[in-house]
Order: sequence, then structure tokens, then C-alpha cells
Amino acid sequence: MADYVQNGQRISAGQYTETVGDYIREGVLTLVVVLAFTTFVLFIAGAPPLDAYYHIFKGSLGSWGKFTHVIKAWIPLTLCSCGLLYTFRIGLWNIGVEGQVVMGAIFTTYALRFGIATPFPLVFLALSFAAGIAGGALWALLAGFLKTKGGVHEIFAGLGLNFVAQGTVLWLIFGPWKRPGVASMSGTEIFPTDLWLPYISSLRISPIGLACALGALILTAAMLRYTRVGLYLKAIGNNPNSAYLLGLKPNRYMLIAMICAGGFAGLAGSMQVAGVYHRLIPSISSNYGYLSLLVVMLANFNVWIAPLVAFFFACLNVGSIQLPMMLQLDSSLSGVIQGTLVLATLAVHAWRIRQKTRGARP
Amino acid sequence: MQKKYLLGVVMAFLLVPFMCFEAGVAYGADKPFTFGVLLVGPYNDHGYSQAQYEGAEYAQKAAAGTKMIYIDKVNPADRPGVTIPQLVDDMVEKGAKLIFAGSDDMKDGIREAAAQHPDIHFVHVSGDDVLTGKATKNMVNVFGRMEYGKMMAGFAAAMTTKTGKIGYLGPLVNEETRRLASSCYLGARYAWENVLKKDPKDLTFQVTWIGFWFNIPGVTADPTQVAQNFFNNNYDVVISGIDTTEAVVVAHQKVQEGKQAWAMPYDYVGACEGGSKVCLGVPYFNWGPAFADLVKKSMAGDWKSEWVWLAPDWKDINNHDTSTVGFMEGDALSDTARAALDTFIKDLGTGKVQLFKGPINYQNGSVFLKDGEVATDKQIWYMEQLLEGMLGQSSAK
Repeated sequence: MADYVQNGQRISAGQYTETVGDYIREGVLTLVVVLAFTTFVLFIAGAPPLDAYYHIFKGSLGSWGKFTHVIKAWIPLTLCSCGLLYTFRIGLWNIGVEGQVVMGAIFTTYALRFGIATPFPLVFLALSFAAGIAGGALWALLAGFLKTKGGVHEIFAGLGLNFVAQGTVLWLIFGPWKRPGVASMSGTEIFPTDLWLPYISSLRISPIGLACALGALILTAAMLRYTRVGLYLKAIGNNPNSAYLLGLKPNRYMLIAMICAGGFAGLAGSMQVAGVYHRLIPSISSNYGYLSLLVVMLANFNVWIAPLVAFFFACLNVGSIQLPMMLQLDSSLSGVIQGTLVLATLAVHAWRIRQKTRGARP
Repeated sequence: MQKKYLLGVVMAFLLVPFMCFEAGVAYGADKPFTFGVLLVGPYNDHGYSQAQYEGAEYAQKAAAGTKMIYIDKVNPADRPGVTIPQLVDDMVEKGAKLIFAGSDDMKDGIREAAAQHPDIHFVHVSGDDVLTGKATKNMVNVFGRMEYGKMMAGFAAAMTTKTGKIGYLGPLVNEETRRLASSCYLGARYAWENVLKKDPKDLTFQVTWIGFWFNIPGVTADPTQVAQNFFNNNYDVVISGIDTTEAVVVAHQKVQEGKQAWAMPYDYVGACEGGSKVCLGVPYFNWGPAFADLVKKSMAGDWKSEWVWLAPDWKDINNHDTSTVGFMEGDALSDTARAALDTFIKDLGTGKVQLFKGPINYQNGSVFLKDGEVATDKQIWYMEQLLEGMLGQSSAK
């Protein structure tokens, strides 16, 4: 991270403190940039921009049913984001979060397969969640070891492991876990309903899923703020060399951060299997891992803003399906909005800091 | 200060959905009857999905006072994170009373959605949940007897091939695809033996599966490469069992390179367009009449859970208003082949030619139909293997 000077002190960008006014000004500026850009894109596509925004909004928050689908997407996004907060705090780019979701889903499916036609479906459901967490953590730990022992940058290790995880899913679906006689992109045989994540049918929301996401948020906030681990992660993230001189072992804490990130990502994979698709499918991660990287960056690595951004992204994901349905537009526009948001935020943020610290830079 | 601001944002986000409640429901006496269509591929794919899209448009015109809404590319590769129940919820909110789900791939999702919306009527095209008893009462399964279309395709292929080698570009292996590939083979063998009077041993019929109904880069085998492989290995006719038109495109390239090559696409009446030099014809679905019938039944409240398997209208298999399955002959089909094919079609219609009649063995030599035994619908529908004489995998490894 680049260094800045504030009040005569040399600090890193992550430590740069801002007032609420700054936040709001930046937020408004970012939104203006994003809206201008996406409106421009819509204009080129020959679509009425206002209609497009209206349909995305109505398609995500226009009814309780839609809201529940937003929540279904919000839960894994939030879980992944929570995990990423640990790795970002220590300065690691855990691109491998995508593969960790996938591995969590694989382990979950593995455990659930033992629960078919047993009298204790809930026990196996709980076990499968534990397995999912373990799977994600294990996959993250692999990337961590490659980083700490092998000197492989975590971005490359993570990307590589993502491909391996995706390959493993395909192999399982087309091979050992295929439906009887049929190897299909549709995925493995669907699980019996007693192995589905229970939800309140009148509300159509899973209290367990919601509790997991909220619990993850509270746990992460507490861990990062009040515990020794949280403090060390931050210390090492800001300056690994001085942390080492102070007697901290950066490698150990990097592994701890990876385990936490992988665990939450794995749990997100469990949600996808048990709560959304009820089986293993090739694109089981729904790209939520990659998306959560954007979420956390857009939230400026803040644990309380991340779920709001995740909610907004979930709305975009769910609402954008209206674009092909109502306006015959491609729904990838939501991806354009999300990407522009992050780029605009980073740009505006950097620009404002430059403005404030102009001339003070050494 | 900051926390209060955050709290405000949270409250706003949570309140918005409640405020927008019911906003989407419009009331009115002359509200059209809305039906929704879920297409697995692009609506303009010149294949399976376009056939359904045009069928739904036909139904919209045929049944007065109806409105069709659709969403295409409904598959997890194109729309990650989007589920069938989610799309059905949305269509129901938009007023749909009847939902068509186009693909075998949607089986699990549409079953779940049908259970969640007992008051909405569902049609799963190509499914068998009604046969297996897994369907709820609001579900109908419909499909066309494409076996006949495929027999015609196989027949035309055998009449055309100079090398005696026919390639079948298969999607994934399941009962439906085994049934269709086998029908093709039966048609080809009939032409080879009974019309051309050649030894069936000299006919090579190879099935190569790519893994899905269309190409998904990095996931399925690339159909373009599979087709090229066929032509490079002396196969001169490639019959497509997948939803897209790679076989025709590749055959076209081969002809331009100076080779003899022919191809047959699948699903859509217009699939030969642009490939007139190589296209022998296309067995296609004409969903209009079937969809219109189902829409009318749903409107009238005359809905019964059933499994419907629609035959071609033998009086005229290309009648747009009556026949669910047709065969559009291509420009590259020779006159002799065309004449023989017309006789073959007539004989299929009258029952003079019955290809699913024993003795027929499965690929591993076990008996599928005893001597003189005619296959029942269920025997054909649940075909367990490819047939003896065909090359290629009978089940996924």
C-alpha cells in the first residue's frame, strides 16, 4: 500500500482516517461517476436508462419474494466478505476465495451424501456445514503454505487452486458422483428435501442461513477489533518487518488469516449446496467469491459497510434478470455496474487523498 | 455520528421492500392471460430454444387474449446464481398462470417450483416426472416423438454417405439422447440394408458425446473440434444431436476445402439456412400447436397432470398448424435420396415400416426386443443402451 502523510505522520492508505463528511462526499461523487458511466453504456445499447434502473430496483426489492432471493444471494456474499476481511487485514490478496467456496461445496456434498435415507438428516446437515468450513479452510491453508513455505505469491497460488477446485467439481459431477447413467451439467442427483437447509415456509427465509451470516459479521467484527489475533493481523498487515522484529511470527498469522477466510468461504459453499441448489452443480460458487472481493474493496475493508455493499450487489444480481425479461437487454449490465462501482470508488478515493495531501508527500 | 448514519442506511434498506409491496400487482378486468417460458439457450439460437420461442409466439397468437413473457439462457453457466424457482417466482409475480420450462436440465428446479406454486400450471418439456410419479398435480410433461424425425435423418444420411461412415454429434448421455441416437441408427440401417441393399457390417455409425446440449468452453468437449475430427477421419456425414449448428458450419468449411461433406442439424426448422451446400435436412420441433393447446387448456381450467408424447401429423409432417415433429429436407439432398426418403416417410406413417421391432439387441449383445416384438412407449423412452452395431459410449464413464 502506498504511503501518505497525515498531520505530519507517515501512514499507509488503510490507516488514512476520514470524517463522515468525507465519506458522504466521496460516496456521492462515486455514484455520480458510476451512474454517468452506466447511463452512457445503456445509451449506446439503445435502452432507456431510467427504465433499466427502475426494473433492477423493482426486480430486487419490489416484493417480499424478490427480497428473499436477494437474501439468498446476500448470505454467501456476506460470508465470503467476512472471510476476506481477515486476509485483507494482514495484507494478503486471497483471490483463492472462489476456489474455497467451491471446495466447501464439495465437502458439504460429500457429507450430505452419507445423510441420504438416514433417520437423522439434521445431524448430517450440521456435519456437512462443518465439512464445508473444513474444506474451505483446507483449500485456503494450501494457498497459505504455498505463500509462506514455497514463496508463491498468494494471488497466483489462489488462482491456480481455483482452477483445480473447478476441475474437481467437474470431475466429480461427470465421474464418481454422476446421476445413475447420466453425466450432466445439471449436476449431481438432487438431495431429498429433509437434507435441504430448513426455511420458514411462510417467510421463505432460512433462519439458519441468516444466523450464520449475522454471526459471521459479529464474530469477525469482534475478532478484528477486540482480540489479540485481530491486533496482530493489523500490525503485520501494516508492516511485516517491524512486526517480525517485535516478536510476531507473520507466517503463522498469515496462515490463521487464511484459515478464517477459507472457513467462511467454505460455509458459503455449504449454503449454496444445502440452501440454494440442493445438489452440486458445475457453477456452484455463482462467482460469489470473486464478487465478494469487490464487495470488500468497495466497503473500504470496513466490517459494517461490507454487508451493506453485499446487499446492494445481491440486489443488482437478482434485479438484473429483469433486463432481458423486460427490456431484452443482456443482464451482464449488472456486472458492468458492479465493476464500475469498484473502479470509481478506488479512483475517487485516491483522487481525494491526493488532493488532501498534495504537497505534503515526501 | 457515523454509527447513526449507518443505522439510518440499514433501516432504509430494510424498509424499502415493505414499502414497495404489492406495487407490481396490477388489477383490471381485461387483463390478458399471461404465460411464461424458460428457454435454456438464446431465443435466437437457430436450434432448440428458438423452436420453443417461436412455438410460444404461435401460441400467443392462436389463443386470443394471452401474453407471453420469456427469459432465455436459463442455465447455470450463462446465469450464475439464478435459480429456476427464482425465475418462476418472478414470472408468477408478473401474473403468469402457466409456465413452460424448456429443458431437461430444468427438471429439479421446475419440480421444486411446481411444489411451491400449486395454483400455477407447469409444463416441463422433455421431462418424465409425471411418468415417475415425482410430479405434483399441476405439472404436465410434453415432448414430440422425435424418434421419427431422427429416423428420417439417419435414412437421409445413409442414402448420402459415400464412405459408409456416419458421425453422430451427441450431447450428454441419458435416456433421451440414447433413444434419439438409436433412432437415427435404425433409420440409417434401414436405408443401407433395404434400399441400397448393402451389408450392414459396412456401415459405421459412431456416436461421440460432448457433455452438454451446447458448447460450454472449458467444460464440454468442443463440438467444432468433434465435427472436424469426424470429417478428418473419413466420416462424410455428421448428424447433430446438440442444440446448436456447429456440424453444418464445419461441413461447410470442409466443402470449401474441397472435401465431400454433409451435415444435418437438429431442432429448428430454419437450421439449414446458410448451409444449403451441405445440409441434407433437419428434423425439427414445431411447438406451436402443442403449446397453443396447453395454453387454451390452462385458460379453460381444464388441466390434468399427464405425460404427453406427440407424434408427427402423418398427413403432412411439415404442417405448421398440426404437426409437432417435422423434417425439412435440405438443398444438398440428392433427388434419388429425396424420393426414397419420401417413400420411407409415407411407410412410417402408415405403419408399413416399423423400426422399433425385434429382433434388436442392445450394444452389449443383450436383447432389447425379441423377434417380432414391437417396443412399447416406455421401452423406447427408457432406452438403456445404444443398439448393437453402433459405436460409442452407452453410458457416462
